[in-house]
Amino acid sequence: MKKYLLKRIAISIVTLLAILIILFLMLEFMPGSPFNDEKLTADQIALLNAKYGLDKPVMIRFFNYVKNMLTGDFGVSYTISKNTPISQLLQSRLPISVRIGGQAVLLGTVIGLILGIIAALKHNTIWDTLTTIISVLGVSLPSYVFALALSYSLGFKLQWFPLLYDMANPLRSSVLPTISLCMFTIATVARFTRTEMLEVLGSDYMLLAESKGISGFQLIVKHALRNALIPIITVLAPLIVGLMTGSLVIEKIFSIPGIGSLLVTAIQANDYNVILALSFIYSAMYIGIMLVVDILYGVIDPRIRLAKGDKHE
Amino acid sequence: MMMKKEKILAIKDLSISFQTSAGEVNAIRGVKLNLYKGETIAIVGESGSGKSVTMKAVMGILSSNGKVNSGTIDFTYHQGDEAVKVDILKLNKKQMRKSINGKRIAMIFQDPMTSLNPTMTIGAQIMEGMIWHYKTPREEAYKKAVNLLELVGITDAEKRMKNYPHQLSGGMRQRVVIAIALSCDPELLICDEPTTALDVTIQAKILELIKEIQEKTGISVIYITHDLGVVAKVADYVSVMYAGKIIEQGTVNDIFYDPRHPYTWGLLSAMPDIDTHDDKLYTIPGSPPNLLKKVEGDAFAPRNIFALNIDTREEPPMFKISDTHYAATWLLHEKAPKMDMPAELRTRIDRMLKEAEKDGK
Repeated sequence: MKKYLLKRIAISIVTLLAILIILFLMLEFMPGSPFNDEKLTADQIALLNAKYGLDKPVMIRFFNYVKNMLTGDFGVSYTISKNTPISQLLQSRLPISVRIGGQAVLLGTVIGLILGIIAALKHNTIWDTLTTIISVLGVSLPSYVFALALSYSLGFKLQWFPLLYDMANPLRSSVLPTISLCMFTIATVARFTRTEMLEVLGSDYMLLAESKGISGFQLIVKHALRNALIPIITVLAPLIVGLMTGSLVIEKIFSIPGIGSLLVTAIQANDYNVILALSFIYSAMYIGIMLVVDILYGVIDPRIRLAKGDKHE
Repeated sequence: MMMKKEKILAIKDLSISFQTSAGEVNAIRGVKLNLYKGETIAIVGESGSGKSVTMKAVMGILSSNGKVNSGTIDFTYHQGDEAVKVDILKLNKKQMRKSINGKRIAMIFQDPMTSLNPTMTIGAQIMEGMIWHYKTPREEAYKKAVNLLELVGITDAEKRMKNYPHQLSGGMRQRVVIAIALSCDPELLICDEPTTALDVTIQAKILELIKEIQEKTGISVIYITHDLGVVAKVADYVSVMYAGKIIEQGTVNDIFYDPRHPYTWGLLSAMPDIDTHDDKLYTIPGSPPNLLKKVEGDAFAPRNIFALNIDTREEPPMFKISDTHYAATWLLHEKAPKMDMPAELRTRIDRMLKEAEKDGK
């Protein structure tokens, strides 16, 4: 297991490096530069390029970047917020996106699991149909539809929650964005849980568990859910990253100062360091969560755990 | 002095139907069955004859589209010295799980490859029932589980407790399933084709194991099987099922040496043995009736070369041949023409009888 983990971490680092290289090259091929103010003369732009080291060849810049990154220095912003270190820029924005995303993941997974289990247990009843309807709506309607509907009803008409994100009141003002974000997760998780649970409930070992006299919570959670979880985790991983890294639309609607909107602004302004840092964080999170998922597989499914152990020991 | 035999299971007039998209299937059409303490009964019949459905009804694990239309399943169990009789069909699912399943009636399933939970250790699965039903302390349950594993012939029992099902072979898994079934000391064990999914060398071992356990614990056993070889090896009594009905029942000797129902003749003829010299293996012509339609007369009549006219009109009642032997065929009616079993079967049975005599049985 230890060997396996080390190997996975090594692969992750190599993958991240490869991603960085590709990002660097792609930025190189992007038209324009961070300094495209019409008032700047060619000399001034050359001066600015020299100041930020942008006049050097791409390979040298890459090595400098990696070297600085290892010490925690992601460089400074060129245009969005002049000369502010990226780490400072992210410090205020990243936690907000991660928190709202995390809330949405948590809420979405819990509700999705519960709905899926109910649908499977009450197969072919009104409950099952209701869950299917919710799933179809959640998957097919984009999150901004929910966001606007919630803003109008709960925010504007009933005035239960603020319409815009409020730094002074982060919990209350994050309710509406969280709900709008989690609808897709609810739908996806509920659909998968239902399918997997139905399959598990029809399996021989469930029949054996029932013939042992096991019933209720223990039957559903210990015997059924644990076996149904394995495929569910696979679909959950990309959802988690997607939500944690912030949603542009939701951040715009509720004017949340998160990283989703920051990335778009940065791309439009050719703010290389911001783009690099954010893309890098996305990739790192994705790879990290995939690693956690793979380890979780082993925790939940002994067949996977032991197969890995056999291979790598 | 003979002690009066205690009846532990009495199924009366059981009829079960299933709602399917094609309509209502009458899978069980009036089954009657008695089982006495310590005895073994085998239910034989081809696929779809209703063997498993009957036993699932006894376990209360019928699938949700199944409906019991009539009948009673009286089960007698012991609480201390007291014998308690319940009609299983009157219990709801919760009462069933709490007081019958696993605790008093346990079941062994056909395919050990799929009947164990892949995410739980063997030990946890054996201990679960005891802890669930009797709140047995963990250490005690653990000790008992290890003993059970040893009882079912698993070596290195302590080590195996920590194993997961996929680490064991099919035969070993079936032994674990048996250990699970025995964990709460049930009084009735239902074996649903316990050896069908195993290879032949393991089959005999598992059957012997169940027999041994039966001798040690005095548990009553019901086998569901279509393998007459299994029946001959393990059963005291045999019930032959066809199209949701028991059409002949008797002791093993009654059924193997003196079969009366043409369907039983067919079954026995279809069983190859070493001394059979025919080139072709005998099969019963046709296939079982579609139980979506109401069966007119004897369900076996269309496949029966011995069928009488009355067979197409009226269902035969159970005729008594001896105190233990009954069969439902009009051939046994006093006015029926004398008809004997096929000559080949006759010679085979005579041969078997001679061999049995030689062995001094």
